[in-house]
Amino acid sequence: MTTHAADTTPMGFGSMRRKEDARFLRGKGRYLDDIVLPGMLHAAILRSPHAHARIVSVDTSAAEAHPKVTAVITGETLTGLGLAWMPTLSHDVQAVLATDKVRFQGQEVAFVVAEDRYAARDALALIEVEYEPLPAVVDATRALDPDAPVIRDDLHKTDNHIFDWEAGDAAATDEVFATADVVAECDLLYPRCHPAPMETCGSIASMDPVSGKLTVYTTTQAPHAHRTVYALVAGIPEHKIQVIAPDIGGGFGNKVGIYPGYVCAVVGSIVTGRPVKWVEDRSENLMSTSFARDYHMHGEIAATKDGTLLGVRVKVLADHGAFNNTAQPSKMPAGLFHVFSGSYDLKAAHCAVTGVYTDKCPGGVAYACSFRITEAVYLIERLVDVLARDQGWDPAELRMRNLVRPEQFPYRTALGWEYDSGNYPQTLRKALDLAGYAELRREQAERRARGELMGIGVSFFTEAVGAGPRKHMDILGLGMADGAELRVHPTGKAVLRLSCMTQGQGHQTTFAQIVAEELGISPDDIEVVQGDTDQTPFGLGTYGSRSTPVSGAATAMVARKVRERARIVASAMLEVAPSDLEFAKGRFHVKGDPAASATMAEIAMAAHSDLELPEGVEGHLDATCVYNPPNLTYPCGAYVCVVDVDPGTGQVAVRRFVAVDDCGVRINPMIVEGQIHGGLADGIGMALMEVLAFDADGNHLGASFMDYLLPTALECPSWELGETVTPSPHHPIGAKGVGESATVGSPPAVVNAVLDAIGVRDADMPLTPAQVWRSMQGRPLRTDVAVT
Amino acid sequence: MQITVTVNGAEYTRDVEPRLLLVHFLRDELGLTGTHWGCDTSNCGVCVVLLDGLPAKSCTVLAVMADGHEVRTVEGLAGTDGSDGLDPVQRAFSDMHGLQCGFCTPGMLLTSRALLDRNPDPSEAEIREAISGQVCRCTGYENIVRAVRAAAERAGTVTS
Amino acid sequence: MQVPAQFEYERATSVDHAVALLQRYGPESRLLAGGHSLIPMMKLRIANPETLIDINGLDELGTIRLDRDEHGAQLCLGALVRHAELLASAVAGEHFPMFHDAERVIADPVVRNRGTIGGSLCQADPNEDLSAVFTALRAVAVVQGPDGRRLVPVREFHVGPYQTVVEDSEILVEVRVPVRPGGGSAYTKVERRAGDWAVAAAGAALWLDGGRVAEVGLGLTAVGADRFGAPRAEEFLRGAPATEESFAEAGRIAAEHCRPVADQRGPEDYKRHLAGELTVRSLRRAAARARGLEA
Repeated sequence: MTTHAADTTPMGFGSMRRKEDARFLRGKGRYLDDIVLPGMLHAAILRSPHAHARIVSVDTSAAEAHPKVTAVITGETLTGLGLAWMPTLSHDVQAVLATDKVRFQGQEVAFVVAEDRYAARDALALIEVEYEPLPAVVDATRALDPDAPVIRDDLHKTDNHIFDWEAGDAAATDEVFATADVVAECDLLYPRCHPAPMETCGSIASMDPVSGKLTVYTTTQAPHAHRTVYALVAGIPEHKIQVIAPDIGGGFGNKVGIYPGYVCAVVGSIVTGRPVKWVEDRSENLMSTSFARDYHMHGEIAATKDGTLLGVRVKVLADHGAFNNTAQPSKMPAGLFHVFSGSYDLKAAHCAVTGVYTDKCPGGVAYACSFRITEAVYLIERLVDVLARDQGWDPAELRMRNLVRPEQFPYRTALGWEYDSGNYPQTLRKALDLAGYAELRREQAERRARGELMGIGVSFFTEAVGAGPRKHMDILGLGMADGAELRVHPTGKAVLRLSCMTQGQGHQTTFAQIVAEELGISPDDIEVVQGDTDQTPFGLGTYGSRSTPVSGAATAMVARKVRERARIVASAMLEVAPSDLEFAKGRFHVKGDPAASATMAEIAMAAHSDLELPEGVEGHLDATCVYNPPNLTYPCGAYVCVVDVDPGTGQVAVRRFVAVDDCGVRINPMIVEGQIHGGLADGIGMALMEVLAFDADGNHLGASFMDYLLPTALECPSWELGETVTPSPHHPIGAKGVGESATVGSPPAVVNAVLDAIGVRDADMPLTPAQVWRSMQGRPLRTDVAVT
Repeated sequence: MQITVTVNGAEYTRDVEPRLLLVHFLRDELGLTGTHWGCDTSNCGVCVVLLDGLPAKSCTVLAVMADGHEVRTVEGLAGTDGSDGLDPVQRAFSDMHGLQCGFCTPGMLLTSRALLDRNPDPSEAEIREAISGQVCRCTGYENIVRAVRAAAERAGTVTS
Repeated sequence: MQVPAQFEYERATSVDHAVALLQRYGPESRLLAGGHSLIPMMKLRIANPETLIDINGLDELGTIRLDRDEHGAQLCLGALVRHAELLASAVAGEHFPMFHDAERVIADPVVRNRGTIGGSLCQADPNEDLSAVFTALRAVAVVQGPDGRRLVPVREFHVGPYQTVVEDSEILVEVRVPVRPGGGSAYTKVERRAGDWAVAAAGAALWLDGGRVAEVGLGLTAVGADRFGAPRAEEFLRGAPATEESFAEAGRIAAEHCRPVADQRGPEDYKRHLAGELTVRSLRRAAARARGLEA
């Protein structure tokens, strides 16, 4: 399927050119590093070369003597201000600048502020830090050994344990396994990887010494959350803080958190009285900002001998790095991982997750994972394949047989989730048909007979997006609701203000289309404002595919509120009761008399005019709304990947990739498909090349794009998309969110395909040529450590 | 040292440090912030400009090396036929949704323009090869490839 | 982003001028050609030259030409020939298709517009491709210094990782490849992803005499082969029948004599396996080309 922009702007849903394109095509986007404030200074961060070391001394005198250096800030400076440590999103603290020890390679040690960016970099070399190296904890599987060095002595800990967390019914699950005909088990590493948006993270802080107002321009997916955290951390009154997210060059979760550099920029501006810009370089991005995954999983799946899945049991060792800075809903230290029963009708499931500290960078937030659903889907979709292989069952048939059936929705899973809607068998059938599954299997058999290695991989995923219901989900105590404000101007044009923030998803267009659908105002006539906390309502921002499920719902609801106000104004204009009016195609008309009508523009002008309105009705035409989602939305999809493996070298070529997604109602199908394309490429990257590995000393082995490989156009096939549509019953427009679906669903399809090709039961990502070849030899590599 | 660089048809003379990177010369000295940077190792390609007509990674070229040479940036892509109109590749990127966050877009546009100037009817494989030194995290490349094809197909009616 | 430390900058106007500048600024100066290896290293502050001598204006080093004299023909590649120019060169591809095989997989198309063949050779990265190609082709490097020019066989050019015989005050000006009729050549590389350095790569140039190998050159990169070479495998092949069995044995010998080092691209055993596998594949393709069975 190929969708492209319509030649005319739709009055509502449909493919249309993006309104934001005009500036990006001309190089007129305004990204963080494009912003220059009067008198602005530039900053750079000195980072630890060691993974674990005691800081003996920090000598900044030579750097301070550099003629272009304005300030050098150290942990000692921050200690004096009470800012050496900051709270994380997971009830831990993180060093802003190290005072006692460094706990990962790349940790922030000193912050230099200078007249220009080149001088700031030069001055880093002038700072002398004496370290006393300590043994590092690098391997999560050794972090809880009795003799493991203790990383978090600042917390007076005696080991590296962070948390134990469970979900599901352990006894019921054990019972299912005890009586099952067949059980398959498997160790699975979802290696540490990185969102690596093309634009790195950065911030410009500008403290106005007269008004006491702090303006922070920053690459944030969640401007309002950032403002509140700044207020809580720095003690600056929240009304004196303005956070502005300019255009963002991709986020993928990397731009959710608050990084030490941001806090230092604020301090730098306070200290110097001038705006301070800090932008990380690529190595800093890969070494110190939020990584993703790093889940060591042991999974088991139970079934009857005729292929009915019964239960799943899993133990996880979660590597959270040196500071527990994972960004998950507060009550869920493993995020939404406990959606791992996936798309199957199981009797029971249980997981136990243990989080540990290691001398690696903190995080565990990000990369389009919908709060750890990426790991969950990988687990179940690999286990199903392993079971199928052990039993000689066809993996597609096994899935089809066990999918939750359409009549079971709303479906309560063994782990307590209530899936809202879906027609899973239809979605899988469509993907298998598009791929020509039976024909592919025939071709595979023929090729095998010739010694050629062709593989077919299937995955089926259920996503859970749109966090989330306030009673279940919060971040730092902030409920996960979002606001929207809509004002229709007297001439019938409108401005919509949102709490979420686009990083390329096309909010300016999509959200205008939602208003257009509801009010009949052209998307071209609707300005969408986002990213500036002084200009927009409160809300938790854009991540976890939550913009359409939450802010999109808020937008539909606020538009409906405006429509009801417009009805009252129209009733005054047309001198009938509001209930005698019908709304269609952007106008209210009197029931039975289509000629007696008023357009939204006419109503807007009247609402601002001297028209006499009914008692108690205010003038103007606007409304606000806060949307608290009653449930998550549950998009799903079925993917089929076809690969060819070179038997002599282990090189993988992805020949085809079929993706059938069901994300409910599609507001702008062109944008939806673009989101899916990007996620599918992510899947190629994670499955075949992306990994942050560390050597035994904790040296980061993926600290530049020479070593951290991202897929190019040559590794990606031409994606083949299809769709099914089962609207969400509880979302005002039936939409579900799609931003992360393909990132979540595609890695197991690729891995299943490669392992199918080489006839190997399991091997960890990334399936580099070396890993594939070694797996064919029966000696797969451990991919998260230095290759020896 | 003093250098003179022709950028988008206009000559600019500036006194620069020899170590100044071309990307910073364009962004900081000339205010042409359409050229972005994304890595330090010439791998990502968001800094691509046309240097004497050929795509080059401006983070790995010193400004002094461009002295006496011609640079074309994304800001110089529209209206090169004397109008204010967009280049066909710019229009095609919007029509086919070949951009999302917009960060790699300037480099992709310039490489596409250079490709079409050399090869007005490139195959999908040739397009993928041409952009293989530039990373996009949003589009999975699909719609970039389609956009370049669309621009090529339309070129019969629009001069570039 | 990362930026280089300060340095002095000079622009050479001729090869003699470049040599004079190298003499004046001494060992802390570096020649600047395409800059696509050097500038990233300077940004990472791994390389910190005090002076850069820009030779990009030396057009006389940017040509590809076929020279014929009483000893025969040779393909002469100027040190400043850009990778993209070598890839586009019909004369280079006609005589040595392995140039095009290699150039298609060296870095990426944009980097190839700037990077030069001389820069690649002088960087002497142990994973670099053209070093293996020139080794297979028994090319000769022309190096110019204060005392004039000297010829160095490429097989004697490298003295270790990142080290060559080019002295501080010398400049590589040209690489010459002897042209002999009746041959075929090929280069095969395994990389983790397009644009990555080689996990391993092998090049082969083969001249046939009937069913036998009259002459052969092999070059290996990224596998710890001494000076990118595989002389024992060449020795075995010379005079041997040009058959799959011979190629397999040559691959085995080549693999046996390399000393790969494990890194994130792959473990030692895999790289050694590839040394053999890719040698065989290149020999097979070179033979097909020599027989006119493949372009």
